[in-house]
Amino acid sequence: MSILINSDTRLIVQGITGRDGSFHAQKMKEYGTNVVGGVSPGKGGQKVGDIPVFNTVKDAVAATKANASIIFVPPKFAADAVYEASEAGVELVITITEGLPTLDMVKLMPYLKKNGTKLIGPNCPGLVTPGEALVGILPGSIFKQGNVGLMSRSGTLTYEMVNQLTTNGLGQSTCVGIGGDPVAGLYYEELLEMFQNDPQTEAIVLIGEIGGDAEERAAQYIKEKVTKPVVAFIAGQTAPPGKRMGHAGAIISSGSGTAAEKIKAFEEAGVPVARKPAEIPVLIQERLGK
Amino acid sequence: MKIHEYQAKQIFADYEIPVSDEILCHSVEDVEKAADKLGLPVVVKAQVLAGGRGKAGGVKLAKTKEELVDAANQILGMDIKGYTVEKVLTAKAISFTDEFYVGLTIDRNTKSVVFMASAEGGVEIEEVAKDNPDAIHKFVIDAEIGLMPFQARQIAFKLFDDIKLVRQGADLFEKLYRVFMDTDASLAEINPLVITADGNLMALDGKMNFDDNALFRQAEILEMREPTEDEKTEIEAKEKGLSFIKLDGNIGCMVNGAGLAMATMDIIKIYGGEPANFLDIGGSSNPQKVIDAMNLLLADKNVKAVMINIFGGITRCDDVAKGIISALDQMNINIPIVVRLSGTNAAEGLEILKKTNLVTVASMGEAAEKAIEMASQTV
Repeated sequence: MSILINSDTRLIVQGITGRDGSFHAQKMKEYGTNVVGGVSPGKGGQKVGDIPVFNTVKDAVAATKANASIIFVPPKFAADAVYEASEAGVELVITITEGLPTLDMVKLMPYLKKNGTKLIGPNCPGLVTPGEALVGILPGSIFKQGNVGLMSRSGTLTYEMVNQLTTNGLGQSTCVGIGGDPVAGLYYEELLEMFQNDPQTEAIVLIGEIGGDAEERAAQYIKEKVTKPVVAFIAGQTAPPGKRMGHAGAIISSGSGTAAEKIKAFEEAGVPVARKPAEIPVLIQERLGK
Repeated sequence: MKIHEYQAKQIFADYEIPVSDEILCHSVEDVEKAADKLGLPVVVKAQVLAGGRGKAGGVKLAKTKEELVDAANQILGMDIKGYTVEKVLTAKAISFTDEFYVGLTIDRNTKSVVFMASAEGGVEIEEVAKDNPDAIHKFVIDAEIGLMPFQARQIAFKLFDDIKLVRQGADLFEKLYRVFMDTDASLAEINPLVITADGNLMALDGKMNFDDNALFRQAEILEMREPTEDEKTEIEAKEKGLSFIKLDGNIGCMVNGAGLAMATMDIIKIYGGEPANFLDIGGSSNPQKVIDAMNLLLADKNVKAVMINIFGGITRCDDVAKGIISALDQMNINIPIVVRLSGTNAAEGLEILKKTNLVTVASMGEAAEKAIEMASQTV
């Protein structure tokens, strides 16, 4: 088991004829992901490598029975691409694109909810279930099959953490990059629930960063609902406060989004917080008694 | 992106939200002329992109010609939180009976636009949020139907007793919601919204911030941008695909990815050093970026050592290594550099760096320790 993706995932790539889309379509295929098709309006009938290209997501789903889509289209058109995937019945949509207008995301959310579409991203590196499927732009070589579930708001910091786990003999069930935008799809709470219910996952790593109060909410959720060991890391412990968010956002979350507040919330929920990335595997091994 | 009060109120006026009569001024003479036109008393208000203008003495009421000239002289040229006041808004003084706060923003948790309203207007809303959070009413807006008239009335009934004001308020709130949505705002705020002496609503102050990701479709908003000196450096860096924030330490950092860049700053501090900057070179594989980044780093004379921390994903370590080599060739660098490369093509990258005398290490912890040691030895 794992969460969200596995060897049954049938993936299409929206924007497959673009520079990033075609490069990563090949990379994902090399990893072993079941890439069944791509979408690029006006290029239906062509192929990228041996991957067939379709004009619309609907055509692609009809021909390939795809159940997941990854989006590499430019920010102006990315929200439209998510609608298209959702309308075509794709269950899981991963949006790599960076720079989507926030209100596009806000308007998109009710439609996804109505269709039961799960969204990851935007502005995210994707996700990996090691040994089964990689959907995203992550470097496949650093992952190892195992029992640690990982979620992160960052891209390269995720790679750093995964590398720490793998080199210390701790493999992963699934690693999810949830993205760095203020309004995004699946977030900590949904993923914590999935990892809690996943028999393969024995421990969970949560990598947060400054801004907003999602980490504080996750800490509360863990306290109430998660029985598996969770360890955390917060990036930005020394970030200067000068770069603050618009104050109204801080009012709603009734916190200023600092690392200190987040660390405090986790520690109060019994979640140890690593000060350095290298401490993460140590904390996990302690908690798992290995 | 932020704009000035006068710009926010021009946008409000375009949507027929009542604002006071006011004129933008750049000199004492301008202010005198404006007061002649508007009639005394007037309020002279500093126009800077910072909050807390009133507390800093940047807002003054003038009842006489003398007071007017004094106020204009004092405020023009004044420093507010590092911003020099170059223009003021001269507004007709309005007598009012009550002050309120209304604002729209995006809530990360409900993934929605949220309307906030409070009878505690005219003071800093952050203070209200801290001391008396129940005094702020929040309404989550369903993106599919927008702010409906009934919901605008619900908000208005929280603030007003008089049905005439409820109707005026509800109408104004719907207009403010349209402003927010039409301009891709991240914040639209009226504080205070007042009941004037003759019993009508008016926006006495206005504040708007916008979503940088949406500026490509907001040409009119983009024209209002006035970047500060710091922001200009940041914008220049951004045009080269770099994200840069200057700090006060002596260890220059070059990292790919914002999260890893923050963690790099953190680890330098944990080992007892001080980072000189936050610098994210982003996710592409262009060696030129490394050269641009190195130029930015070395422009800071406090930098005594450089720590390069790359975890390759989209970024390929061999491309970064090539960039480092070209930077070494093109620039006269006599500051020690420690390099950590992991991930995509790390082995190839390290092979390229063998030709140089750069220090290479395997982990970010070692890189931080080495950088601190080298910085302490550099004069």
